[in-house]
Order: sequence, then C-alpha cells, then structure tokens
Amino acid sequence: MSIFIDKTSRVIVQGMTGSEGTKHTRRMIASGTTIVGGVTPGKGGQSVDIDGHILPVFNSVAEAVAATGADTSVVFVPPKFAKAAVVDAIDAAVPLVVVITEGIPVHDTAAFFAYSQAKGTTRIIGPNCPGLITPGQSNVGIIPADITGSGPIGLVSKSGTLTYQMAFELRDIGISTAVGIGGDPVIGTTHIDCLRAFQDDPNTEAIVMIGEIGGDAEERAAAFISEYVTKPVVGYVAGFTAPEGKTMGHAGAIVSGSSGTAQGKKDALEAAGVRVGQTPSESARLMRAILKR
Amino acid sequence: MDLFEYQARDLFEKHGVPVLAGAVATTPDEAESAAASMGGKVVVKAQVKVGGRGKAGGVKLAVDAKDAREKAAAILGMDIKGHIVGKVMIAQAAPIEEEYYLAILLDRSNRTFLVMASVAGGMDIEQVARETPEKLAKVPVNSNDGISNEKALAIIKQAQFPSDIEGQVADVLSLLWKVFISEDATLVEVNPLVKTSDGRIIALDGKVTLDDNAEFRHPDHEALVDQGATDPLEAAAKEKGLNYVKLEGEVGIIGNGAGLVMSTLDVVAYAGEKFGHVKPANFLDIGGGASAQVMADGLSIILGDKDVKSVFVNVFGGITACDAVANGIVQALKILGDTATKPIVVRLDGNNVLEGRRILNEAAHPLIQQLDTMDGAAARAAELAAK
Repeated sequence: MSIFIDKTSRVIVQGMTGSEGTKHTRRMIASGTTIVGGVTPGKGGQSVDIDGHILPVFNSVAEAVAATGADTSVVFVPPKFAKAAVVDAIDAAVPLVVVITEGIPVHDTAAFFAYSQAKGTTRIIGPNCPGLITPGQSNVGIIPADITGSGPIGLVSKSGTLTYQMAFELRDIGISTAVGIGGDPVIGTTHIDCLRAFQDDPNTEAIVMIGEIGGDAEERAAAFISEYVTKPVVGYVAGFTAPEGKTMGHAGAIVSGSSGTAQGKKDALEAAGVRVGQTPSESARLMRAILKR
Repeated sequence: MDLFEYQARDLFEKHGVPVLAGAVATTPDEAESAAASMGGKVVVKAQVKVGGRGKAGGVKLAVDAKDAREKAAAILGMDIKGHIVGKVMIAQAAPIEEEYYLAILLDRSNRTFLVMASVAGGMDIEQVARETPEKLAKVPVNSNDGISNEKALAIIKQAQFPSDIEGQVADVLSLLWKVFISEDATLVEVNPLVKTSDGRIIALDGKVTLDDNAEFRHPDHEALVDQGATDPLEAAAKEKGLNYVKLEGEVGIIGNGAGLVMSTLDVVAYAGEKFGHVKPANFLDIGGGASAQVMADGLSIILGDKDVKSVFVNVFGGITACDAVANGIVQALKILGDTATKPIVVRLDGNNVLEGRRILNEAAHPLIQQLDTMDGAAARAAELAAK
C-alpha cells in the first residue's frame, strides 16, 4: 500500500517532447513507472522513442486518457503554458495531476486550483514540487529513485532536496510514499492532505513532516494532527535564520511580520505532540528512536 | 515585489482608480517645483517600504512650495526603521471627512483571493481585526468568478459603508480588482480610502505587491524595481542568475535546493552557538546543475563578501551527481586562482557520493576540508569562521 500512486498507476507526461520532459520521462521509466504516453498540443500523432519504449504523443489530455487509460499526469510544461496544461488535465478528469513546473504566476495557480475544486475530480500536487515516489512501484516527477527503498515511513515535505536528504538518512528503514508538495504560496495538496492519507494507509507506520517558513500550513497541520493522526509524527522546519520580508528561494518561503516564522511552526507542532528536530539528521534520529531501528 | 506608494498611486491612476495629483522627488529642488506646479497646500511623504512612517515624522503638511522644499529637505535622508529615505512623494492636500479601508489579497491559507473592507480606515488594520473584528468585512473571492459590480456592492454593504457613498466605493472596489488581476498583484491595499468634504472618494495611500513569477507577461514591471535598495552582492548574483540573499554573518553558504539551503543556514547558526555565535553570511541556492561555472560564480560572490571567514558547500546529490559537483568545485578553484583565500568545508552526500569524495581527496586542495555529515561540516565551518 501507499498513498496517491502505486504499481497500477498509468502516467502521461505533459511536455514530454521538451528537454526536461524527455530527460525525466527516461528517469521515471528507469525507476519502474508505467509511462503510457505524452501530451504536447500540436504534436499529436507523433511518437517518441525513449530507450526502446515507443510512447505516443497526443494533442490533449482527453485524447491521451481515451487511448491509454492514464490515471495520472505529470506536468513539465514551462510557466507560461502551465495553466492551460493543468486545465486540460482537469477537463479530462485525470484523478491525479503532478505539477513540477517552477515559476508559475500565483494567479494562474489560484485559477486552476479553484477550477479543480469546482470540478471535484482531480487532485493537484504542486506546483514547484519534485513530485512523489512510492519506492519500487511508481515514481512521478523528479525524485531520484535510488536514494531509498520501500518501508513503513510516510514522508511529506515542501522542499525537494530536504525530501531527498531525509529519505536518504532513513533509507535502511524505507519509505511508503514520499510526497514533495512544493514551495509555492498556493499548492494543490497540503501537508494535511498527506497526513490524512498516511494515517489511513495501513502500510505507513510513522510520518515525517518537513515544513518551512511562510504561510500557516504547518500550524494548520499541527491542529489536524491533534485531531486526527494517531501514528507517530516527527517534524522538521527550515528557515529559523531567514530575515523578515526576504523570499528564500521558494516563492512561498517568506516571513511576513510576525507570521510564517519557523519558531511559530515548531512551537505549534510540538504542542500537537510532534517531535521536532533541530537539524534534519536529528529528526531522522528521532524517527529511528520511535521505530526502535 | 513591494511597490513604493508613488508607484502604487501611478498604477491606480493607470486603471482609473481615483487618486490625487502626486509626484515623486529625490531632492528638495524637485519637491519645490512639484509643489509649485500643483499649487496650494501639499503633503510631503517619505517613500519607504515599511509601516509607521507617519509616527516617525516622515509625513508632513506644507503650506506652499517653499515650505515643501524645507519639509522635503528634512525628510530626505531620514532613517525610518532602518530604511533611509531616498524619495518623497509630493501629494495634493485634500480636505478629509472620513477614512475607510479596502484591500484585495491572496489568502494563502484558504488558497483563494480575499477582499477586506472596513469603515474604520486610517489605522493599522491588524489592530482593527483584533479589537473590533465586527468592523472588518472579509469576503473570499474565487479566482474564476471575480468581482462583478453586484458582488462589489454586496461586499461594501456587508462592510456597512454609509448608503449615500456605497455605490461610489463599490466602483472603486471594482477598479481595484482590475488592478489586482491585470497587474498580477498579490496585494492591493488602500488605507486610507477617504471621503473628502466635497463628497469625492479617493485612494489616498496605497500598497501594492506584484508577483515576481508573472514578470514574463509584464515587461513594464521591471522599471518598478528599486535599484537603490539592492545590495551590491545581491545585484551581482542576480546578474549571474544566482539565487542569493545577503545576511549578516561570517559563514558563506552554498547549497542545492531552497529547502536544503534554508536548513543549512539554520544548522550553521545552531553550530555557531558554540563558536563565538558566528552566523551564516548568505543564502545561495545553485539549484540542480552544479557546473564548474555556476560553482565558480557562487564562490566568487561569496568570497567577495568581506565578512565571510569560511565557506560551507552543502550538496545533496539528487539528480545532480556528486562527482559533477566535486569536479565543479575543483574547476571553480582553478578559475578563481589566488582570489580564493578562505577555507571551504564541503559536505557531499547522495548520488555518486564516493566518486565525488574521491575527486576532492585526490585534488587535495589546501583550502578544502571534507566532512561526511551536514551537522559535522556545519560545526567545522563555524569553528573556522570563529578563529
């Protein structure tokens, strides 16, 4: 078991014919993902040969779904065209759309998120995220597949590299699913969505939750944990030394006045019974102690 | 990007939001001639991107052009909460009868837009929200629905504006929505929105934040960037396409990925508590591809910071292979030659780490020290900076 993706997932790549799309399609296939085709408007009818896998290209997601039975789409389309691509996937009622693209205007994200909510048939992960992996089963996005194996820990993080760091530190225990939810101000899937899914996933025994400065997603997650999550949760929060008013790499990583601080998030998580490490390695040790491994 | 008040005013004017005449001045001379061309009383307002300028003496009424010159001379160069005033706005004075509040913003928590409206304007809106929440109407707006004229009026009624002006205020709200959408803003705030004694509704002071990600469809926004405020190292980094933020500290930081770099700063500050409280000197994310040139560019920016005493390169190889990063570091030091003088602590982990470590060991560069863990390397970098 796992959350959101597993070995049955059938994945299409929006923007597969672009350089990033092609590169990561190759990597996803190499890590065992079932890629069934790609979408590039205007290139429908062509096909792409990736290491001997002949993948059909479609003009729209609806055509791709009809022809391939895809249930997941991963988006590598440049920011300018990302909104149209995601709307295309929502119109095709694809259950899961993973938006890797960084630099999408927040008005565009707000629009396609609101549209997905109104339609009610699509979960969006991202944008500005590394995607998600269920080790040994499916890898949708850009997470390196060889950093960890399959195991009982659910991992959710705003940051890509911290996801890798944490999965790597816990590689001998292993991951059920790792989800990079993204560092933008508006994202389709939140910490709470992942916490709920991990709590309900019988194969996840414990959860690592990585947050960072900006917004109040971690505070909300803390409240949710108190209410709903009975599995042990270990936390980590990045950005204690970030100055107020400066964006730290991620568009959403900004402390505004007294809100969005790392200390506030850590305090909220600890009040909910989450053990929060001072460093990523300390969080990994806390998880080991909980699992006695 | 946050705009200055005068830039917000100009943007409002462009979209038809009612504003008073205003002009920006960087010298007392300019202030005098701007005031003279407006005639009558003017207000001289410090242009700083921080609240509380009125209390700090940064807003003054001038009776005529000569007085405007004197008031501008007093305000220019003033330090308001660490912001040095480089510009003043000369604004026409208006007979104010009432002060209100209107704002449209991105509500991150609810992943939607939010309109806030209040008849208690002219004061800190967070205070209004805290002390008299009943006086602040907060109405979510779905991005795809927008604000129709009917919805604007309903919001203004909900905020209990006087009935004789609610139509006028609703029109202003519709225009502000136009600003918000067509300029890709994440905040459009008018505080105060005023009613003058002759019954006009005017946006007297505005705050606008624009979305940097939307720059590609707003070529005109580049002209709004405040070049004066940018740190020279930050400007140099931006030139080279590096994501760099200058901080006050002694340990230069290079890492890959925003989250890992933020974490690296924290881990260094934490380790620094044991070593004379040294702190990270910067945020620098070199992203996925750590080529020799990117590494050299990053190192040269960091070594150009005179406060830096040691450098910590913290890379987790995800897609990037550690051997490529190691080669990048070795090549970068060749490119930099004698200009590289500070000790460099390197921690590599992840993809192809053994080969990466071998390359650095073999290079045996006198400035490079390798440690296997992030916490250990941070402590070493802090220790070296404290010496």
